[in-house]
Amino acid sequence: MQGLAHQLIAGIATGGIYASVALALVMIYQSTHHLNFAQGEMATFSTYIALTLIQAGLPYWVAFLATLVISFGIGVFIERIMLRPMQNASVLANVGVFIGLLLVFRNAMGWIFDYTIKAFPTPFDTGTPLFGGLVSGHELGSTAVTLVVLGLVYVFFRFTKLGLGMRAAAFNASSSRLVGIRVGWMLALGWGLAAAIGAIAGIMIAPVVFLEPNMMLGILLYAFAGALLGGIDNPGGAVLGGFLVGIIENLGGAYLVGTELKLTLALGIIICVLLVRPTGLFGRVVQSRV
Amino acid sequence: MMQRRTLLAASAAMLAAPRIGAAVTVGVTATELKIGNFMPYSGPASAYGVIGRGDAAYFKMINDQGGVGGRQINFITYDDGYSPPRAVEQTRRLVEQDRVALLFHTLGTPSNSAIVRYVNQRRVPHLFLATGADKWGNYQDTPWTIGWQPSYRTEAQIYAKWMLEQKPNAKVALLYQNDDFGKDYVTGVKDVLGARFDQMVTTASYEVTDPTIDSQVVSLRGTGADVLVTAATPKFAAQTIRKVHDIGWQPMHFLSNVSISIAAVMRPAGPERGVGIITSAYQKDITDPVWNDDRHMQAWREFMRKYLPEADMSDSGYATAYNVSFTLMQVLRQCEGDFSRENIMRQVANIHDLEVPLLLPGIKVSTSPTNFHPIRQMQLQKWSGAHWERFGDVIQGADV
Amino acid sequence: MDAGRDRIGTGIALPAAGAAERSAARPLRLLGLLGLVAVAAVLPPLFASSYQLFQLTLALIFAIAILGLNIVTGFNGQISLGHGAFYAVGAYATAIMMSHFDLPWWETLPVSALICAAFGFGIGFPALRLGGLYLALTTFSLAVAVPQILKYKGVEDWTGGVQGVFISKPDAPEGLGLDADQFLYLVVLAFAVAIFLLAHNLLHSRIGRAMRAIRDHSIAAEAMGMDIARIKTRTFALSAGITGLAGALSAIAIEFVAPDSFSVELSITLFVGLVVGGVGSIVGPLFGGVFAVFVPNLAESISRAAPGVIYGVILIFFLYLLPQGFAGFPQRIRALLRRRPEG
Repeated sequence: MQGLAHQLIAGIATGGIYASVALALVMIYQSTHHLNFAQGEMATFSTYIALTLIQAGLPYWVAFLATLVISFGIGVFIERIMLRPMQNASVLANVGVFIGLLLVFRNAMGWIFDYTIKAFPTPFDTGTPLFGGLVSGHELGSTAVTLVVLGLVYVFFRFTKLGLGMRAAAFNASSSRLVGIRVGWMLALGWGLAAAIGAIAGIMIAPVVFLEPNMMLGILLYAFAGALLGGIDNPGGAVLGGFLVGIIENLGGAYLVGTELKLTLALGIIICVLLVRPTGLFGRVVQSRV
Repeated sequence: MMQRRTLLAASAAMLAAPRIGAAVTVGVTATELKIGNFMPYSGPASAYGVIGRGDAAYFKMINDQGGVGGRQINFITYDDGYSPPRAVEQTRRLVEQDRVALLFHTLGTPSNSAIVRYVNQRRVPHLFLATGADKWGNYQDTPWTIGWQPSYRTEAQIYAKWMLEQKPNAKVALLYQNDDFGKDYVTGVKDVLGARFDQMVTTASYEVTDPTIDSQVVSLRGTGADVLVTAATPKFAAQTIRKVHDIGWQPMHFLSNVSISIAAVMRPAGPERGVGIITSAYQKDITDPVWNDDRHMQAWREFMRKYLPEADMSDSGYATAYNVSFTLMQVLRQCEGDFSRENIMRQVANIHDLEVPLLLPGIKVSTSPTNFHPIRQMQLQKWSGAHWERFGDVIQGADV
Repeated sequence: MDAGRDRIGTGIALPAAGAAERSAARPLRLLGLLGLVAVAAVLPPLFASSYQLFQLTLALIFAIAILGLNIVTGFNGQISLGHGAFYAVGAYATAIMMSHFDLPWWETLPVSALICAAFGFGIGFPALRLGGLYLALTTFSLAVAVPQILKYKGVEDWTGGVQGVFISKPDAPEGLGLDADQFLYLVVLAFAVAIFLLAHNLLHSRIGRAMRAIRDHSIAAEAMGMDIARIKTRTFALSAGITGLAGALSAIAIEFVAPDSFSVELSITLFVGLVVGGVGSIVGPLFGGVFAVFVPNLAESISRAAPGVIYGVILIFFLYLLPQGFAGFPQRIRALLRRRPEG
């Protein structure tokens, strides 16, 4: 019984990781209706930027903010330069660009920063492990950060004009244009925000799993599963979904399918959700019109 | 399974049968000897690319000193990106297009597994592979293939032997990567514990795609084990060291020799967290000042300054390249000008207590027609919080 | 300007089964094709070294695999990023049949293709409910999970776990005077010709038109009474079967299968080959196959440090500047020539 509780706590701790990436995925879906396959690599790249800044001597939180700004810029830049010309192209062409970005980012990171793992500092107290060491101060702190970001995202989409405009632009571009929303910039803004949230996720994850170019490959799948489970258009749902996937993965790995098939478990979750309840647990049903 | 085994055994018997007729010499001219190699110069394993660069530099030095048997060495090395199909392609390029005399120091268990049958059918010497899988010592089935470093299985035997001396009634937890590398450790521990394995040991595996191994560590601690054997690659080793420390578990902790890099494992994990961890060594630690006055270490540093001036002097890959290339040169000198593939293999299986410059004192390279495990000894060492401290005698692997 | 082309809903231009193709030039083209096949069958075995033949064999195998992907993605509009999974299943099926049941290689090929088709049919069902992006996501996840599934303990007796399975390349039948590499090359070439012709005929048949109609105007197609579910699942099955056959051939050519050979990179390679060769083109996959085999070596010689970056840049370059891939070259040039007199 104690083992079960331990696995549960460990699952929630890893779930926090998935939740933060899932949030970034939802962000980009909310604002562009695309799923960015390069999201993980872009987040990892941002994390390397943060590490470089910290090693250059900047205080942690300064480097943190600077990284967010830079990542935002990279996101906007990629949208304007690479995705704008693809605006009216097929889904296939867009997926192609995402895969291309994934290849470029992943290999460029290996080339620039090499593949050995790097330790990443944490701003949170790690001296006193909680729950008998099952949750580190960092894990608790990063979960808090994820929740704060979630709150900001909620407020942004719900109560600001800009957020509303972004939702409108993604939902129905031509109608939005008619009411005076600058759709193009809304998309770019969405990419920028998603890149910045991805950067936060990367910075929070790196101290746990260590930084290396492929850091996000496995995590991205679990995050996809979490986002779908919670509802791809619902930030709160995606965060909850991320935690759920963490718990399911750990309990399933320890008691059900064994540790060998954990990734397959994520695949199973994705397929099940899409088949049984494509909107996820908390998503809204959207009827598409012809 | 059975059928495949018999099939393999049958083909092996064919391969091992003495060959009648003239010896085959390929890749050797009056002035040149061609040696082939592949390495992961790109992709996730590209950190190992330094080994290929080290080998190339060593042969350049040999050439500057007049080569071997009056011939210059032409070292051809390609990128396989750590992908088995690419390794097959590059091997065929080396063997069929470049027509090399032998393959040397090819890296990676999956890549070498993919080509081992091909090279044995073609009877190409496949020497001193840069992988510690135990199967390269299988002289009966693959007589043209030989490893070099102590196998992971030997290493695990050494840990298990020493552990039994210290804690005869230990309860062991074994965490391993689910592949050839990790499973060799399970086999090695089994070799020593025998029938007691099931009762003494609990195992847990992880996949390289797992984000963390927290769940496995928590499960293993739950068994009440007082000994932990970690057969993990650097990223997961660092995670394990940290987690074990953070949950307040204090087992006697053995760590795979693959993951003892200070820069890539101990420092990221937090040096203070790993105090007391036991691992093993067979090479001199090039960063340890204890060897400053060692004649061979000085020669190696001289070599590095001259042939690899830009290289990172703390990367042990260069020491490995130096040692393995040294071993190959011994074989080629023993060939005394007869570089037929048969004679090369004969000399490969004819190394007696060779002292290699950067191996620890007391550890020697030996082979025979029935021993294709050139190095079978290691010395234990312990993490002090700042560096590895060797202790005890050189230990030999179990005879199985 | 681009007469006879269809840009609706795809953005990537695709040749339509236009009237122009049913012109009087047909017998001539057939003759030309036969000539081409004859040259391909005779020249390389005569002049290429065994290593070069091996590379050509691999290129043809990749071409077949990419054709399979093209059928489902290019012609039917269902994006798959996980065709490496079918390739893997085909390779393993053949390897297991050859090593465990001692079946001759040629008997295993149709069986492997059928197994993959059935597998594809099974995947095709959920795929029905998954629109473009979701299908891409699911198949991408499948591609990432493949090595893990292949390693699974429960099937280790068959798959050999991480150790993989070794098989042997067939020797040429006696009397032909060919060595094993030459023979295998000819076998693969024969398969490639047969499958490309089959695909060509299929795509210009009623079913092929239905496939494209579903891609371009699925709701209209449904309104016209097409059984979309049936066509989509069958297309997926056919596509998986063809890619699986390529996987089976690759197992024979490489003589070894192991989980590490079928990582997510394989699926990405197939996808890149598809885009670079030409989405929705019959000959495109041939270029894609050549690209998949020869460009990594080329990229290695350009930059040993990061061939992957070059690969990604080439992919993006094609998406922007040559969305029809290599297969679109002749039309581009023709369009340029045609325009010049007017201008």
